[in-house]
Amino acid sequence: MAAHSAVQKRKRNVSILGEVYAILVYAILYIPVVVMMIFSFNNQRYNYYWSGFTTQWYAKLFSNSTLIGSLWYSLIIAVLSTVISVLIGTLGALGLKRYEFRGKRFINNMLYVPIIVPEIVLAVALLIIFMRLGLSLGLGSILIGHCTFCIPYAVVTIRGRISGDGDSLEEASMDLGANRLQTFLRVTLPSIMPGVMSATFLSFTLSIDDVIMSNLLAGAKNSTLPVLILSMNKSGVTPDVNALTTLMILVIVAGMLLNSGIRALIKKRSSRAEAL
Amino acid sequence: MSESIVSLIDVEKRFGSNLVVRKMSLEIQRGEFLTLLGPSGCGKTTTLRMIAGFEDATSGIIKVQGEQVEDKEPYQRDVNTVFQNYSLFPHMTVYDNVAYGLTIKKVPKEEIRRRVTEMLALVQLAGYDKRKPDALSGGQKQRVAIARALINNPKVLLLDEPLGALDLKLRKQMQIELKRLQKKLGITFVYVTHDQEEALTMSDRIAVMNAGILEQVGTPMEIYQYPKTRFVAGFIGESNLFDGTVKAVEGNLIQVETSAGLLTTCGQGFQPGEEMHVSIRPEHLEISREPAEGFALPGKIKDFTYMGTMVKTALDMADGSELKFSRFEHDSRLREGDPVYVFWRPEKSVPIKKSAT
Amino acid sequence: MSKRKSDSSTGRHRRRLPALATAGPVSVWMILFVTLPMLFIIYISFMSRGVFGDVVYTFSLNSYHTLLDSTYFKVISKSLEAALLTTVLCLALGYPFAYYIARKPPETASKLIMLIMIPFWTNSLMRLNSWLLLFQTSGPVNAFLQWTGITDHPVTFIYTDALVILGLITNMLPFAVLPLYSSIEKLENSLLEASSDLGATPGQTFLRVTLPLTFPGIFSAIILVFIPSLGIYTVSDILGGGKVLYIGNIIRNQFGSIRNWPLGAALSVLLLVITGLLIFIYTRFAKIEDMEVV
Repeated sequence: MAAHSAVQKRKRNVSILGEVYAILVYAILYIPVVVMMIFSFNNQRYNYYWSGFTTQWYAKLFSNSTLIGSLWYSLIIAVLSTVISVLIGTLGALGLKRYEFRGKRFINNMLYVPIIVPEIVLAVALLIIFMRLGLSLGLGSILIGHCTFCIPYAVVTIRGRISGDGDSLEEASMDLGANRLQTFLRVTLPSIMPGVMSATFLSFTLSIDDVIMSNLLAGAKNSTLPVLILSMNKSGVTPDVNALTTLMILVIVAGMLLNSGIRALIKKRSSRAEAL
Repeated sequence: MSESIVSLIDVEKRFGSNLVVRKMSLEIQRGEFLTLLGPSGCGKTTTLRMIAGFEDATSGIIKVQGEQVEDKEPYQRDVNTVFQNYSLFPHMTVYDNVAYGLTIKKVPKEEIRRRVTEMLALVQLAGYDKRKPDALSGGQKQRVAIARALINNPKVLLLDEPLGALDLKLRKQMQIELKRLQKKLGITFVYVTHDQEEALTMSDRIAVMNAGILEQVGTPMEIYQYPKTRFVAGFIGESNLFDGTVKAVEGNLIQVETSAGLLTTCGQGFQPGEEMHVSIRPEHLEISREPAEGFALPGKIKDFTYMGTMVKTALDMADGSELKFSRFEHDSRLREGDPVYVFWRPEKSVPIKKSAT
Repeated sequence: MSKRKSDSSTGRHRRRLPALATAGPVSVWMILFVTLPMLFIIYISFMSRGVFGDVVYTFSLNSYHTLLDSTYFKVISKSLEAALLTTVLCLALGYPFAYYIARKPPETASKLIMLIMIPFWTNSLMRLNSWLLLFQTSGPVNAFLQWTGITDHPVTFIYTDALVILGLITNMLPFAVLPLYSSIEKLENSLLEASSDLGATPGQTFLRVTLPLTFPGIFSAIILVFIPSLGIYTVSDILGGGKVLYIGNIIRNQFGSIRNWPLGAALSVLLLVITGLLIFIYTRFAKIEDMEVV
C-alpha cells in the first residue's frame, strides 16, 4: 500500500510541475500582449515609460489620419490578397489532389518555397523582378507579394482537408446525374469548407501582419500598418498605435468566440434534429 | 429474353504499364443479377468503374442499351452506383442524400417528397429522413446508399462490394434483402465481390476474374460444378488440385500421372501426353486401406479438424502436397499417422485443360 | 483496385479541362512569382555593382568574395549562432510544453493550442516593442531587480544580443510547439505502455520510444524555427536598435540605403543554399508534404 501511494504521489507531483511549467510558457507568450495593452493607457506621448493612466488615445485614435490611413491600406490589401489566394488556393488544392499532369511534382515543390525559404529572400527576388520589368511599386506589387506566400499556405491548408473520400463523394454525385459544376457547388465545396475557412483566416492574418514583404515592395506612397509601426520604431511607438492594435486583437478574439459560439449552436440544433 | 443491357467488347484498361483488365468481353442480360467475382486486384472494380464512367477504357467498346458510352460523362449514363464506402454526403440529411439525383434533375418538390418517402419505406428506413449519415449504423448507411441510387430508376445498378464493411450476420441478412429487392424491381444488378459464398448465394450468373482476365462466366452451379480453369476450381469452394500429364485415354476415362501418383478422371478431348489439371472437391474424396483400381495415391493421415457440421481431414501425400478430405461424421477407425490410399469416382472429378498462360 | 488515376485513356480530353481549370492558376502563379524570381536572384548574384548602385550585367564573383570578407563573415556566423541558439532553446522550451498539451484530452488540447495562437494575432512588432518597454533602463524589469537588491544600478538589456534572442524565441515558439505537438499527439499511448511493460523506466521509454517516434516533428520544428530566424530582420531592428545586425538586416540594407543588389542577391543565395541543405536532409527521412507547416 505504501509503495502504491508513493507512486501516486510522484505522479501528482509531476502533473503539478507540468501545470506550473505550462503557465510559465503561456506567460512568456502573453506578457508582450498584456504590456502592449497596458501601454495603450499611458499618459505620455513618448511611450518609453509609464507616467499615468489615460484613455485619451482611444478617443484621439481616429483623428490620426496617417495611422487610420495605413490601417485601411492594410485592410484593403489583406482582403484582396485573401480573396485572390483563397480562390486560387482552393482550385489549386483540388487540382493538385485530384489530377495527374506533367510538372505536378515541380509545382508541389514550388509551393513549399515561399513557406520555407526566409521571407526576405522571396521579397528581394520579387523586388528585383519588378524593378527589372520596370513596374512601379505600390498596391499591385504588395498584393502579388502577399498572394505569393498566402497561396501556398491556402493550398496546403485546404489540401489537408480534402479526404480521399471526397474523390468518391464526387463520383457519387456525378453518378447521380450532377455535372462537374453542380458537383463542385453541392458536394466538393461544402466538404472542404472548413479548410477554406481556415485558409481564409490564415491568409488574412498572414497578410495583415506582414512586415518584410510589405516593407520592400511598398514603394514610397502608402505604407501598411506594420510598415508604419516599423518606421516609428526609431522615434518610439506612440500610445495610439497600442490603442489601435489593442482594439484589433479584441475584435479578432470577439469574432473567434462568436464564430465558435455559432458553430456550437448549429451543432446543438442538428443533434436535436437527429434526436427527433 | 436474352437481351444485353451492357456489353463489353474487348475492353482493356491500363494504368501506366500495368494491364489491369485484359481483352474482356461480357454480355450482361436485362434483369439479371450478375456478379463480378475475383480476388482483390483482379480488375473487377475497375470493370465496374468503366461501366459507371469513372474510368475510361484504354481500348475496346462499352455499350449500355446498345449505345456506346465512351464519350458520356458519368452523369450522362443511365446507370447508378452503390459505393463500397457508401459515399453518403456527410453534410446532407438522409432525405437530401436520397433526393439528390432528383434535385439535380429539377423534379418538382412534391414529387421528390413522394418518391423519397416511398424509397425510404422500400429500404425500411421510414422516419430516418432528418438524420445525418454520421448518426446511422453501417447497415442503415448501406440502405440509404441503395435508396439514393435506386430512386433515379437506373437501367443498371452497379454495386461495388456494398456489404464489405458489415459484420457477418448483417451481411447475410442484407444479401437476402438485396436479392429480394432486385427480383421485385427487375433492375439489372452488376455486383462486385471477392466473397465467393456471397456470389454463389445471390447471383443469377457469376463472372470470375483473375489478374485482369475473365476466367469463366456461368450460373453458380456451373461455376461450382464445372470449373473451366484451374483458377476457378481453386477459387470457388474448397478443392484439391492436381497438375499432371495424360497417361492413357480409354473411352471417357483419363488416366493422369501426377507427382502424387496415378489418378483417373472423366472427360473428353484430352490426348495422351497432354498436360492437364484435375480438381476434386474434399467431400468427393474417398480413402481406403487398399489401392483402388486406376489410382495409386498413397498418403498418410495428418490431422483432423472439427468444424461443427463436418470433420475435415488433412492428408499428407507422397510428393509432400496436402489433400483435404471432409465428411459429416468422423470415422472413428481413422487415426493420425494411418497410411491410406486416396481415390474417387472418376465422374466426380473435373478435368481442366491447361491454360495457355 | 485502389488505383484511381489513369494516365492513358480514350476519353482523355474529358479529364484535361478540369485539371487545367483547377491547377492552372496556381501553377502559373508559382512559376511567375516564385520560380522566375528565384532564378533571377541567383543570376543577379553573379553580376557586378555599378558605380551608382545599379546592376552591371557582366559576370563576376565579387559578391561571393565579399561574403568571405571578415565583416560580412562575422555577421553570417553571428546570424547562424543566433538562429541555432533560438532553435535549441525553442526545442528545449517547446518539447515539454507540446508534450504537456498532447497528453491532455483532445478537447482541452485544441483549446490550449488556440491559446498559443491568440497572441500571434497581435501585431508582431508591437509584441517586440513590449519587450523593449519592459527591459528599458528605467523600465519595470530593472526596477524590480533594484528593488529586490539583485543589482544596485540598472542593467543594460536593450539593444543586446540576449534581448534579440529572447524576441526571436517568443516569436518562433509556436512554430516549434505546433509540429512537436502533432507528432507527440500521434504517438500511441499503448506504445509507451508496452515499453513500460517490458521494463523500461520512464526515462528509457522517452529516449528509446518517444524521442525516435517524434523525430519528424522535431526536425519540422528545427526547419520552421531555424530558417526564419536566419532571415528575419524586424526582431534585430527593434530589439537590437541597429546595433545587432544579422543576415536579414544586411540583405535589406543592400536593397535600401546601400544599393548593392548583387551582394544582397549573393546573401540571399546563401540563405537559399542553407535552406536547401536542411530540406535535403529532411527529405532523407521524411516527406516534405508531412511537414506540419500550418
